[in-house]
Order: sequence, then structure tokens, then C-alpha cells
Amino acid sequence: MFAVTTDPLDPQALVNAVQSDEDGAVCLFYGVVRNNNLGRRVLYLEYDAYAPMALKVMREIAEDVKRRFPVSAAGALHRTGRLEIGETSLLVAVASPHRAEAFAACHYMVDRIKELVPVWKKEVFEGGEEWIEGNIPDIEAARFDEAAATTEAHEPA
Amino acid sequence: MRIDVKLFASAAESAGTRHAVIEMPEGRTVADLQEMLAQVYPSLRPLLPRLVCAVNESYEPPATVLHDGDEVAIIPPVSGGG
Repeated sequence: MFAVTTDPLDPQALVNAVQSDEDGAVCLFYGVVRNNNLGRRVLYLEYDAYAPMALKVMREIAEDVKRRFPVSAAGALHRTGRLEIGETSLLVAVASPHRAEAFAACHYMVDRIKELVPVWKKEVFEGGEEWIEGNIPDIEAARFDEAAATTEAHEPA
Repeated sequence: MRIDVKLFASAAESAGTRHAVIEMPEGRTVADLQEMLAQVYPSLRPLLPRLVCAVNESYEPPATVLHDGDEVAIIPPVSGGG
């Protein structure tokens, strides 16, 4: 399950979408709007997205996760528009037979999403507003080198 | 050829628009398009070093050659998530 939407995100729907009877672990990550950044009091965030590409890149990242980790399913939902403090902007869920792989795969997937998915937040704080510049997407990383991923996954631990 | 340009976040705010149509000769590249955009929207120029482009929803380097009807997105540093 993947979505880029202005509607509130439903964590249970995402968990249901990734979980299967073979899985002993589902790891669910919430990205939440916090009330401070760089010493400023944040009032709310405004998210912009290139929605069709954001969806495509999230799907590609999930495929990359499945090549690198023993994961049966992975999904992600990103919210856009105005979000208040405490609201959920990102949900990522990964299902795996065991917890260690579920944690590792979910961590990896959240990092990749933050590096590559074309979504932006504008911080509206007391006294001003600013587009937050996070990561310049790495064009090579976004090609998801399948051969490299396979080699890495097969290396002995 | 005609290139459909989409702008987002700080790039859209600097240019004052989220959409532009650019006419340019065949054989031109992503880098050529960025230079043309900076001429049309001078306020975009300071952002150029940190912008990347996506062509038809895939990230492409500056040397990628464009084709008639391509959709090019102007992508400032991303900041999704919480």
C-alpha cells in the first residue's frame, strides 16, 4: 500500500496491507510534526509533493528494501498539505518473519524515503516561514543498482 | 521541441509559478533547460546549484538530452517525513 494524500493517514490500514500469516514482526514508523526546530517554535507545516513521482519512488524504494532484506511486504503513506503539531506526516510499515530484519528494513526504508522522495515541507514558525532544505537527491542512488543490492544481501553476516 | 516544466516548493515560490512551457531546439539537455529557466525566472538562479531535475518522473543528470513533450520537474532539496 502506497499513497500521497491530503487525508489523515491510517496506520492500521497500512499494517493490514503489509502483514501476512508468515510474518512474526511488523515494524511501523510514524513521522510526526514536532513543535520546535533550530530553536524556533513551530506553528505548523505545509507539505508540497510531486505526487505521481513520489508514489513511484516510494514503490521503487520498497522493491529495493525487499531485495536487501528478508521482508515479505513494505508500504508507505505520505501526507501533504497543512499539518498541525502532533499530526502524522509519514507512515512506513515493513513485515518480516523476524523482528531484527523488520527493524533494520524499516530504518533503511525511512532513510531512503527522506533522501529520495520528492516531498517538501515549509515550516511556519513564530516570526516567519521557510522551506526546509533536506537532501539533494542522489541520482545514482535513485537508480537502485540491483546487482549491488543482490551482492550485499548475499554477503555473509 | 516543447518541454513541460513543473516547479515545486522553494523553486515554485521563487519563480512565482508551478508550471511553465519552454520551447527549445532539439538536442538540448537538462542543463540547457535549467539555464533557460534561470533566464526566464532570474530569481531561480541562486537556487540552481542545489536543484536536480526529474525527466518523466525519473531523476536525470544535467547531460541528459531532452525530447519533445518531456515533463521536467525542478526539484529542490527534498524534506519529506516528520
